[in-house]
Amino acid sequence: MFKGKFIDNLPKIYGTYTGGFLIFIILMAIAEQAGMTKETIGILFVAFTVGIYAFIGWLSRTVQVDAYYVAGRTVPTVFNGMATAADWMSGASFVAMAGGIYFGGYTYMAFLVGWTGGYILVSSLLAPYLRKFGCYTVPDFIGTRYGGNLARFCAVVVLTLASFTYVTAQINATGTIAARALQIPFELGVWVGLVSILLCSMLGGMRAVTWTQVAQYIVLITAYLIPVFWISTRGGYGFFPHLMLGEEVARLGELEAQFGLVKNAAADIKAAGVPGGLKSISLPHAGVPEGGMAAWKFISLALCMMVGTASLPHILMRYFTTPSVKAARKSVAWSLFFIFLLYSSAPMLATLSKLSLMDPTLPTGIIGKEISAVMAIDWVSAWTAQKQAFIADFNGDGILQLNEWFMRGDVVVLSTPEVAGLPYVISGLVAAGGMAAAMSTADGLVLAIANALSHDIYFKMVDPKADVRKRLIVARVLLVIIGAAGAYIASMRITSILGAVAWAFDFAMSGLFFPLVLGVWWKRATRQGAIAGMIAGLGSGTAYLIYVYPKFMGNPAWLGIDHLRFGIIGASVCLVVMVVVSLMTPEPDSATQKMVDELRVPSGKTILGKQH
Amino acid sequence: MSNRAKHWEKTKGQMIVTLLLWFFFGYVIFMFGESINSASFLGYPLAYYMCAQGSLLAFVVILFWSANKQEKIDEEFGFNTGEDD
Repeated sequence: MFKGKFIDNLPKIYGTYTGGFLIFIILMAIAEQAGMTKETIGILFVAFTVGIYAFIGWLSRTVQVDAYYVAGRTVPTVFNGMATAADWMSGASFVAMAGGIYFGGYTYMAFLVGWTGGYILVSSLLAPYLRKFGCYTVPDFIGTRYGGNLARFCAVVVLTLASFTYVTAQINATGTIAARALQIPFELGVWVGLVSILLCSMLGGMRAVTWTQVAQYIVLITAYLIPVFWISTRGGYGFFPHLMLGEEVARLGELEAQFGLVKNAAADIKAAGVPGGLKSISLPHAGVPEGGMAAWKFISLALCMMVGTASLPHILMRYFTTPSVKAARKSVAWSLFFIFLLYSSAPMLATLSKLSLMDPTLPTGIIGKEISAVMAIDWVSAWTAQKQAFIADFNGDGILQLNEWFMRGDVVVLSTPEVAGLPYVISGLVAAGGMAAAMSTADGLVLAIANALSHDIYFKMVDPKADVRKRLIVARVLLVIIGAAGAYIASMRITSILGAVAWAFDFAMSGLFFPLVLGVWWKRATRQGAIAGMIAGLGSGTAYLIYVYPKFMGNPAWLGIDHLRFGIIGASVCLVVMVVVSLMTPEPDSATQKMVDELRVPSGKTILGKQH
Repeated sequence: MSNRAKHWEKTKGQMIVTLLLWFFFGYVIFMFGESINSASFLGYPLAYYMCAQGSLLAFVVILFWSANKQEKIDEEFGFNTGEDD
């Protein structure tokens, strides 16, 4: 009932779904007018959307290996693009990106460039070739191209470390949003989030994750774009903010000059009792910081994020699901197009919400006004009570200065509809969007880890004779264990010591980028070279992280390479070691060389069989 | 040179051109961020515009362009995969 015709009917199915979702939003808006409480609307939004994902997950259940690992390799280009975009845009992209731009301005926007440019590396260096190879997982490629269990095992280690760093942050985000929307404690919210994630992926593996991710993309992009366009139009800034906010950006520059950009001393912040994680605006919105070092910091961060993108297995494995090599290449382009829709809107959202707070001539402006009056505003007192915002009157004049207003980055997206005076239904929609973003990424990551462990460790190393039934049971048990481990760590609230999402990119690029790329592009790359490269790259990157991170050894960064950029060290060491060791060892046998030749030809059969 | 070798030469060339464009929009522009920011585009300072939208859009265009170009190369050497989705 679900195969074959299902693929042909996709546009119709997701068209109906999108229509249904829009009707649901309208119904909620009517219910709000009729007096439904905020709490009920929030619960309905999250419960309704998660229920649909679970339903899709159940419909996509499978007992076939290639459906479980690569969705049967039947996912059409555009839909795979949407699924990748949802896989890619995490809770952090959805909730924290506009907040990051809000506080960091141009300096932070290196992340935007980095998190998009990496797809060019994916498309021109890796995706089509890995698709031709026909592997189920990324370590599957490393293990077959270089041969031997040790190479495979090293790849699994890098994959697990990078993906697990990332996944705890995602489960943490689903927990935060579930807790807020369903009015339950955070610790419980984390487990509710986990159950929702597993409902999407457990029965159908990659196939189920693919079709839920498409549904999640539709929810998250709707939830992001509606408020941006609405606020811009309503505030009279222009109906198409992306092209029309030039004056507003210039106005922010004037206001920055008027209020002054002051960086508070750490001692003052501590003395005033500002809750942890809250920031004030101290960097220019559109101004470029002076000097070569600032430019280097911008491009080095972009470099790490780009190379990291091309090494993250949960992204690469999305392109294993397309019908052909050609489709894999096109699908990368569609992925970035769908990502672009959200990423190009984040700076606009940041501009609008920053202006609405900073401009004293607007009714919503709070900077430059009396603190007692500001504290009386509903949303200010609500967020302050939750320790998400804070006012510290450093100079004691009773007037709120720019450097005296503290806020958590996440609040920018979550509070903007409320601050701009939009109906609560939009806040409910934003909560559903954030949940979709965090869930879809968590699903992709948990599946990437569990698949590597079940396919590469269990099936390829422990029990190569296992039958299909046993393999899929192991895969599902591992999925639950990995998810539970992530949720357990998230529920301990130690994410502050787990470090930044950026670390996942640095870990991945340190260990995987060159072994993957050289595996396709350099026939001379040998097993010993790849193993030495992975170990040395990951080892040196991690050692440098420990050396430089303030909470570990805290040594001064060398050439501005701080803990967000340690992948530069790891990947460089990996490249040098891999090339040197490869040249010192005998060249790969003729079977391997032939395999690489075959890999470079886009047509014909995959190198690994359909079932392996 | 065999058909395969020629195909791979052209594919390599296409990869290099794509990465040069990538390098320009991802890095070269931002090396000069400070000096180009006084210019303006659509009313935005240029460097701000490029990292908010311009380079991102350029990446999308490069990807579609490059995918089409590579398809042509594949067809030229008879390696087209046939499927049209």
